[in-house]
Amino acid sequence: MSALLDVQDLSVDFPTRRGRLHALDRVSLSIQPGEILGVVGESGAGKSLTGAAIIGLLEPPGVIVGGQVSLEGRRIDKLPPEQMRRIRGRQIGAVFQDPLTTLNPLYTVGRQLVETMQTHLGLSDRDAKARAVQWLVDVGIPGAAERVDAYPHEFSGGMRQRVVIALALCAEPKLVIADEPTTALDVSIQAQVIALLRRLAREHGTAVLLVTHDMGVIAETCDRVAVMYAGRVIEVGSVAAVVHRPSHPYTEGLMASIPALRARVDRLAQIDGAMPRLNAIPPGCAYNPRCPKVFERCRHDRPNLMPAKETQAACWLYAEGAVHG
Amino acid sequence: MADVLEAVKVSRSFDVSKPWLQRMLSRSGRRSLRAVDEVSFSIPKGTTLSLVGESGCGKSTVARLAVGLYPPSSGDIRFEGQSLSSARAQPALRRRMNMIFQDPYASLNPRWRVQDIVAEPLRAFGMLRGSAVGDRVGQLLSQVGLSPADGAKYPHEFSGGQRQRISIARALSSEPDFLVCDEPTSALDVSVQAQILNLMRELQTRLGLTYLFISHNLSVIRHMSDRLGVMYLGRIVEHGPAEAIFTEPRHPYTRLLLDAIPDLDAAGGVGRVRAGVGGEVPSPIAPPPGCTFHPRCPLANDRCRVERPDYTQAGPVEVACHAVEEGRG
Repeated sequence: MSALLDVQDLSVDFPTRRGRLHALDRVSLSIQPGEILGVVGESGAGKSLTGAAIIGLLEPPGVIVGGQVSLEGRRIDKLPPEQMRRIRGRQIGAVFQDPLTTLNPLYTVGRQLVETMQTHLGLSDRDAKARAVQWLVDVGIPGAAERVDAYPHEFSGGMRQRVVIALALCAEPKLVIADEPTTALDVSIQAQVIALLRRLAREHGTAVLLVTHDMGVIAETCDRVAVMYAGRVIEVGSVAAVVHRPSHPYTEGLMASIPALRARVDRLAQIDGAMPRLNAIPPGCAYNPRCPKVFERCRHDRPNLMPAKETQAACWLYAEGAVHG
Repeated sequence: MADVLEAVKVSRSFDVSKPWLQRMLSRSGRRSLRAVDEVSFSIPKGTTLSLVGESGCGKSTVARLAVGLYPPSSGDIRFEGQSLSSARAQPALRRRMNMIFQDPYASLNPRWRVQDIVAEPLRAFGMLRGSAVGDRVGQLLSQVGLSPADGAKYPHEFSGGQRQRISIARALSSEPDFLVCDEPTSALDVSVQAQILNLMRELQTRLGLTYLFISHNLSVIRHMSDRLGVMYLGRIVEHGPAEAIFTEPRHPYTRLLLDAIPDLDAAGGVGRVRAGVGGEVPSPIAPPPGCTFHPRCPLANDRCRVERPDYTQAGPVEVACHAVEEGRG
């Protein structure tokens, strides 16, 4: 099966007065049709930036300096803005963290849904309105027929995020990029929204790129996971392997540092130090100063993804002929 | 064991009325929001009481009440047996309680050097002067895992986790016995969160600290707490030893919360089947009558819609729920 989205060696730089910062360093990802891929990492790892670069919404001065992004075999990273705008919405939908800034406060939610569907699907007024109501029903908004004429401020946070999900899916895109869709919500609402996103993606065969820092959300939602650290993808694999049997020492440390809900330990495993800032990424593997399994090669050679146990990991422990690990 | 802090039926209301002129024009009355409603708890020395709940449940208001940043509208808070208002009037007692805030980017003055930030309580209480201050600051910084030389830097030179260490050093500088920690790790990444939680537990063991710990994250709460209070719309709905609540949650809201949390165990399809719980937290300005949880509760009946539940003792736990009391749970 050919990939729906294929990202190869994508690099993004931020030129600053003190030199260029490499915010993304040769990131490669692929998503199959209908698949849910999680992208996880700590703040500043570059996970949101990856999403933004894919849909062509990089904030200046960020620029793509290398690599390519292809959707269904067609390159989309060099398209003129007008063509890219047509792809956004029609072929790639987006759900962002804060539903209040995604929705236009001056239009009713129905009008925003209708406008999106008419722009991309060319429906008649009546059909579009009927579909808008149906979408609100699908995302679980009670009294959808009346609420379709309500303004965003009349909805609560959880309800607004449901509307945003409807808006992202209503033009029937093949891919949805969801950037921290549940972070602004309360826990009891989070679960509802995740379940909804997952169900709709399955029903419509939509692929999802889910960006989040919450491993619990990833574990419940995704098929595969990519772990990012300091602008690079350092491990990719099936969700079960990455969560329960990770290969990269960083992923291992990350999983162990999460307090468990079902058992209490005296002391959490901790990773000392913090992720390096972009202007101070160490040579070699970016994780080497914090890594408990560091050896000589890690300090000057930068590893790429390589087969490692059940996943792919960027770690010299798994290099051909390595005796460590 | 002696209780360090005790709250007896503490309530706190806020005036959320419109401005006077608008009220006159629209002929509407004053409105108030009851953020905390007859909350009672006690924290024995050297232990941690945690409060958990969703946004708007009143947990941060309780945190502020517990250190006297807000006076209660009714009820009483006692610090070692003395009413908090009179305890705070005495600097000797006031220095013994302190607070750690959620956002280490907002709680440290960006124009002050770290050594001045950490020394502020020492100076405010006149505990030390001269070169002794510098020595003590160096000692405090090493205690939280920073270097004494970091004192000369400014907060912007530190990462989020390091800043939270600075907040902890500042909170410890007046040698308090009681710390209120309001979401101390929610602004931090998980690997850094583990460092801070470990540090807080080490300090508790070493210095015999008593914590009131506020969080919305149940996994963090489980890691930190001896006792636990679950809050919903200003009330504690379930209260007891943390382990007892985690192993056998009784109140339907506690069960909902525990069930709703996305969990690592779910990876690869070994997850739990969720009870489909819907609904949202109602507005605290106009809470539902009876038990405030009844619109979302799967066990609600007519009694729940009209009569407010009192606490029932269920094993080691106190629960405010008619269903539990009647054995319908």
